[in-house]
Amino acid sequence: METESKRYHSVRLDKSQCRGCTNCLKHCPTEAIRVRGGRAHIIDERCIDCGECIRICEYHAKVAVTDPLSELKKFKYTIALPAPSFYSQFKNLKSREPVLQALKAVGFTEVFEVARGADIATRAIRDRLDNPALPRPLISSACPTVVRLIQVRFPTLIPNIVDVRQPMEIAGMVAKDEFCKKHGCEPSEVGCFFITPCPVKMTAIHNPIGHKESAFAGAISMVELYGVIRPYIGKMRIEEELGEATALGVGWGTSSGEAAAVCPGNSLCVDGIQNVSRVLEEIENDKLDDLVYFEGNACMGGCVGGPLTFENNYVAKNSLRKLVDGMARQDPAEAVSRSLMQRYPLFNDEEIPPNTAMKLDENFAVAIQKMDRMNEILERLPGYDCGSCGSPTCRTFAEDIVRGYCGELDCIHNLKDRIRVMAQQMVELAQTKRE
Amino acid sequence: MEGLIHQEYPVEKGDYTSAGQASADMKRRLRQLGVSANVMRRVAVASYEVELNLVIHSLGGKLVFDVDSEGVSLISKDRGPGIPDIELAMKEGYSTADDEARSLGFGAGMGLPNMKRNADGFRIESEVGVGTTIEMRFLLS
Repeated sequence: METESKRYHSVRLDKSQCRGCTNCLKHCPTEAIRVRGGRAHIIDERCIDCGECIRICEYHAKVAVTDPLSELKKFKYTIALPAPSFYSQFKNLKSREPVLQALKAVGFTEVFEVARGADIATRAIRDRLDNPALPRPLISSACPTVVRLIQVRFPTLIPNIVDVRQPMEIAGMVAKDEFCKKHGCEPSEVGCFFITPCPVKMTAIHNPIGHKESAFAGAISMVELYGVIRPYIGKMRIEEELGEATALGVGWGTSSGEAAAVCPGNSLCVDGIQNVSRVLEEIENDKLDDLVYFEGNACMGGCVGGPLTFENNYVAKNSLRKLVDGMARQDPAEAVSRSLMQRYPLFNDEEIPPNTAMKLDENFAVAIQKMDRMNEILERLPGYDCGSCGSPTCRTFAEDIVRGYCGELDCIHNLKDRIRVMAQQMVELAQTKRE
Repeated sequence: MEGLIHQEYPVEKGDYTSAGQASADMKRRLRQLGVSANVMRRVAVASYEVELNLVIHSLGGKLVFDVDSEGVSLISKDRGPGIPDIELAMKEGYSTADDEARSLGFGAGMGLPNMKRNADGFRIESEVGVGTTIEMRFLLS
């Protein structure tokens, strides 16, 4: 469990801040956190970078690693690609232009909306929905945490994940290509930076799923950039309009925005990782067999509720709604040409593998033995799920014992019982008279 | 024959609040054992259907879940009321679900045919006034 990290994760632990409390244990949707030796540990293989632990930790011991603005210096040219949720961080925004222009003011050469990538993704997903041979419901691939959740907990639903790349990646590909053509430069001279509401996008850049390489050089946290560009909002002279995306594309920034663009009829949108888990369970049971499209967002409110946002997610959702309401209506099918769609690889070219981190053993017979032992151990545990042992529940504690990470006396309640018996025996010993 | 992993789940009549818990627990176990996605999906669908059947149609009963080196067995045993015409009950779209069940979205009459379709082996026995036993088998490879 405490081996060196093999996979890239944006979500990390700051050991110096961790008090070894049990708050994060209980909120991890994949049971990926343990407290051992007074400090939390994140099980690398299970972590899906949702950032729930960042939200819950009051000691700020869980952090998200993103890139500092100084990374821009590594490239001759840089392109800022703000997630649509970025607009939601500014109240009373009449148009996107002040935000897009301000990004240029802080050092980016060019700005390209990820909402434009969402427009392209919208068309590509609609095409997929036209294919009756694909499974139903098709599940959105836009939230990388939900894709990773499916890999760990719902591997049977992997075939349902739509094979269209996430809007971020599509936007990155198009932005870089268009920039190079316009300025006659090499792709290696151009660095694309995603303005991100969440840690998992950083993970997705370093460790893409479904395709080999990311178009991005890095990701910059929304909450960090917010403070930097705020002074420039409304202060820039607009020389050229930078906003190209449709209202539907911008709408992807909040929950149900994607579903509204892609499949307004028979779709279901769920936000909040625990809620998403519950509904995926129902899809797995075939309970929602008439559903056509499923949009799952790990964060409440969708991307506007990401762990790296500044504004309250309800306020942000409302701000984005108002911005979208004020935009002209144009369908992505009119805004995105067929020839543009044919120019770029919009679809995944690699299979999404299941994540087998929950497996007890590679060998089936040994796994059965371990499960048998787990059941025996579980019967001796108190069932309080108190977390004092450092595992989130008694069941996971039994699992950890079987995996060899701890012993039964790490359960404080069992230890107390054992001490009581020992104390009694000591008294009995002390009372025996010399013959 | 009892498998290497043997688990029993009591399921009570009309207990919609905990419906689906037994099925979810079985899935979790299969995931920990590293069973393939295909088998897991079929067990998921069939176990959920059979669990809901106990809640909706039976007077209460239990699910018995066994895993051995070759496959998964799932047995549902209830205390009645029993099915008078099994052939009719096996027809797609036939259901005797009450209004409460239908208002919750159940009772489309797909339960038994769905179980049969997903299992590699399926057997049903029933006696009115005694109860119904459904045996399903899923092969690992």
